[in-house]
Amino acid sequence: MLDFLNTVIPNVMDKPDELWTAVVQTLYMLIVSGVIAFAFGLFFGTVLTVTAPGAIMENRRIFAILSAVVNIFRSIPFVILLAALIPLSRFVVGTAIGTTGALVPLVVGTVPFFSRQVESALAGVDSGLVEAAKSMGSSNLGIIFRVYLKESIPNIIRVTQITSISLIGLTAMAGAIGGGGLGDFAIRYGHQRGQTDVTYVTVLVILIGVWVIQSVGNYFIRKLSH
Amino acid sequence: MIKLKNISKTFYKGQTAIKAVEKADLIIKDKEIFGVIGFSGAGKSTLVRCINLLERPDDGGSVEVGGVELTTLSERQLRAVRAKIGMIFQHFNLMPSRTVLENVLYPLQYRGIKRDEQLKKAKELLQLVELSDRLENYPSELSGGQKQRVAIARALACDPEVLLCDEATSALDPTTTHEILQLLKRLNQKLGLTIVIITHQLSVIKDICTSVAVMERGRIVEQGEVFSVFANPQNEVTRNFLKAASSLSKADVIAAKYPQILNLHPGEKFVRLSYTGQGVSEPLISTVSNKYMITMNILFADIELLDGAPLGGTVGIFSGEPENVEAALDYLRAKQVKVEVLADA
Repeated sequence: MLDFLNTVIPNVMDKPDELWTAVVQTLYMLIVSGVIAFAFGLFFGTVLTVTAPGAIMENRRIFAILSAVVNIFRSIPFVILLAALIPLSRFVVGTAIGTTGALVPLVVGTVPFFSRQVESALAGVDSGLVEAAKSMGSSNLGIIFRVYLKESIPNIIRVTQITSISLIGLTAMAGAIGGGGLGDFAIRYGHQRGQTDVTYVTVLVILIGVWVIQSVGNYFIRKLSH
Repeated sequence: MIKLKNISKTFYKGQTAIKAVEKADLIIKDKEIFGVIGFSGAGKSTLVRCINLLERPDDGGSVEVGGVELTTLSERQLRAVRAKIGMIFQHFNLMPSRTVLENVLYPLQYRGIKRDEQLKKAKELLQLVELSDRLENYPSELSGGQKQRVAIARALACDPEVLLCDEATSALDPTTTHEILQLLKRLNQKLGLTIVIITHQLSVIKDICTSVAVMERGRIVEQGEVFSVFANPQNEVTRNFLKAASSLSKADVIAAKYPQILNLHPGEKFVRLSYTGQGVSEPLISTVSNKYMITMNILFADIELLDGAPLGGTVGIFSGEPENVEAALDYLRAKQVKVEVLADA
């Protein structure tokens, strides 16, 4: 078995430690920036939903400003964001390079996308439910938590799947600022040094990650949809 | 007692203002079943939403429920009042991610009621609507009638004195509609609940309402006790509702489109007689036929029950000497029968 692997993927078997480090770095970036982006995205997505014209806390100014900011940040290519956010990174996490330095741009790059996704997930809540909740005396905050968020859980899981998979894609670019991770690993060895087997193995590892996210998400969606 | 005074509601679509309700006044007495009927777009849903202020009426309108003026309440006070005004909807609006029991628990939670008290109350209500065997089911597993019964149980959770029903039976088949209406009637009697029903179906009004308001284009065009409104309709819309519901209206179609099937001979008249209340029990047709020596060929007859009182009608052809036929019709008119000559030979 070991002989077989040594002949098929010699360049990977050369440096298992580096592959492992790359996996850990990717997981670190994915989980830390994912959790933070989830919280912010859920918040902004909810704000977009409830301040929209005709919604329960209609507020044209907040809606228009937030909507514009989201659109602007969604339009900036991630590679540019990586460079442009260097000062912010230094201020927030103390460094602008390395895996930790990549966290701020990853969060900033993901939140606008996820906010829109959450907004679309909450749009699936029937306005009749909101009206019924109002007629039962629910407050706006009650409606947000007990109707909008509670009734959208399967949809929120679905958009979280989509966002975390696209976040894996973003982490690959973190190599540009020394963030490491699987994408960087594949570029440095697989692309720049022509070690094609490294590229294949990296893709396979990412594929497994995507598959895990999809399966776990689908399991919960099935369990929670009625 | 619910008092709506000078209620108008204007919606704005860009620059254009749409008056959904215009200067409506309404008094609904305690413990009555009050119907609001109108064709779609008449403004009845908007009007009923003004009762619990889901729609806030334009300035100058007053909404009084149980002696409390609602338009001046703070948001917090209003929420407390709303909990005491139950509401059910055409499409039920149950929370799909919650079981039947959880749906009924919804209005009871976060009100400082102990968990076991909440459960006890919810289960009692579900027993009242005969769904005790469905506690753990999700709404998607229920039929339309069952969903509406869950919605009724949920609307009653905070012991309201008023129940608003917005087209509550419009999405249901006739049998289920009847069951739901009977349930509402039972709740009205058992709990002393004041019920306000919005509908476009005259049958709903006839089945359970005691008073009615007829709406057209945002205005209340007629209101009063169900029997007096429909026995003697003053407005075109009211008459249209009656016509649509009654088989006696077929006479118009016959007279207008298929006069040949009547095969009227000279001196014959195709007439429709409508009578209310006491007229139903008098043998008027035999009387005129003997008295004026005429015959009436009855094509069909019908009787409606409005809030328990009869409203009858007969369609047929009178034949005899022209002056005798005229005299007979005058006699009937004198007996408070409404006579309409639809075709004349």
